[in-house]
Amino acid sequence: MIETTLVQIVKSIVIFAVVLGIAPLIVVLERKLLGRFQARYGPNRVGPRGLLQPMADVMKLFSKEQFSPATSVPWMMALAPVITITTAVATLALIPFGPFDAWGGNFGLYGIDVSIGLLYFFAFGSLAFYGLMLGGWASGSKFSFLGAMRSAAQLISYEVALGLSLLGVVMTAGSLSLVDIVEAQGDIWYIVPQFVGFLVFMVAGFAETARAPFDLPEADAEIVAGYNTEYGGMRFGSFYLGEYIEIVIVSAIAAACFLGGWHGPGPIALAPLWMLVKIFAGVVFFIWVRATLPRLRYDQLMSFGWKWLLPLATVNVLVTAIFVAT
Amino acid sequence: MSPWDPGQDAIEVQRGPEPGGLAGAYRAFGGTLKGLKTTLARVVEGPVTIQYPEQKTPVYPRFRGRHKLHRFEDTGLEKCVGCSLCAAACPAKCIRVVAAENTPDHQVSAGERYAAVYEINMTRCIFCGYCEVACPFDAITMGNDYELADYERSDLIFTKEMLLADPPEHTPLRREGE
Repeated sequence: MIETTLVQIVKSIVIFAVVLGIAPLIVVLERKLLGRFQARYGPNRVGPRGLLQPMADVMKLFSKEQFSPATSVPWMMALAPVITITTAVATLALIPFGPFDAWGGNFGLYGIDVSIGLLYFFAFGSLAFYGLMLGGWASGSKFSFLGAMRSAAQLISYEVALGLSLLGVVMTAGSLSLVDIVEAQGDIWYIVPQFVGFLVFMVAGFAETARAPFDLPEADAEIVAGYNTEYGGMRFGSFYLGEYIEIVIVSAIAAACFLGGWHGPGPIALAPLWMLVKIFAGVVFFIWVRATLPRLRYDQLMSFGWKWLLPLATVNVLVTAIFVAT
Repeated sequence: MSPWDPGQDAIEVQRGPEPGGLAGAYRAFGGTLKGLKTTLARVVEGPVTIQYPEQKTPVYPRFRGRHKLHRFEDTGLEKCVGCSLCAAACPAKCIRVVAAENTPDHQVSAGERYAAVYEINMTRCIFCGYCEVACPFDAITMGNDYELADYERSDLIFTKEMLLADPPEHTPLRREGE
């Protein structure tokens, strides 16, 4: 019992360290890649090849004032980034990097293997939006409020499609646990039988992470910066960090549910590597799409979610159900 | 008969498939893929940025930058004879010339007189090149250097010595045809 507790503690520390290490890497990767997608270099002045740019950014953010407007509720404003970051990191515990005995030890390469796996992901994904909403609403500014309302409406439109898109996978694998789902993909990755589900999941995933082309909650061209208009310093940094962790999570869920998770050529000890490669590919795709697509208009976002994604996901579930039943 | 109303001839034109239908969805999806291809092409082609302080934008040889005063190459005498035609031609009135007589033991220029003071106020100069056109002896020409920023306005009044000397850095040139 003591041993398993110790293992859990070590796992938590590793997950936290990896996340905090990976987020700045993704920041710099995004800025560099965005630059390349736009025929420029991106940051290349701070450190070798601009790799220390996130350090400089964080240093700047730390030295900034924590300002709250007179109309705001300061303690709620302070709480909102905490919610966003906590829910994001909590979801990371789910990501399976390898089977139970991948490295010969008596531990799995994941934080926890809960039997309700994907439900846990949905629960925390929805909770993360409370951070956005609370932050926007508590800021007491009209742009923040608009951003918060937008994120709420976006959540309602896309959470359903997101859930339905994964339902096909759950039915085929016969389990909600991510470890079981990945293990069921030994023969064929679910992207083949569940291609429609994959498409719906990716589109809904963009909405879930509130990134381009669905970055309406912070739509900087329309409502200043949306929910984080009044945020500055490390509070803004926390929202930012939460957003990047969210990208990692959606990429990881996509990798685990559709791209075969840790499966790949080579010995089983390489499992975490394959998982990381797939997550990385997902992150690059996120950046690629951000560099390509303009932001949708608000009514387009809603009608697309309700009129296209939801029916598509429903039909996909029905067809999968018929195949699984027979 | 009533006069012709152009509005009667107007008809609805639908270009491409109706949005919302299956064909519209196909077009939207195809458009998305096309967009992704376009941005990926930028990655393959590589950046077009010129890293400015290290790399400079090459200019055409006719580019009108910082002025130069010239000497005769064989005798080393200044070409400028202090006629002030450049100052007269200057629309911004930024050139000041004070002429003085050459003497046999103090021969500065090839003519009778020389420019004792020759100043160009670079904060006023509009780089039109009229001074160059006006000069009967080709004593002043427009150079290619464009890095003229400074901290003090007084430092931007270029004296004769500065204009006669070679610029500290040479600006890269590009070929006329490029």
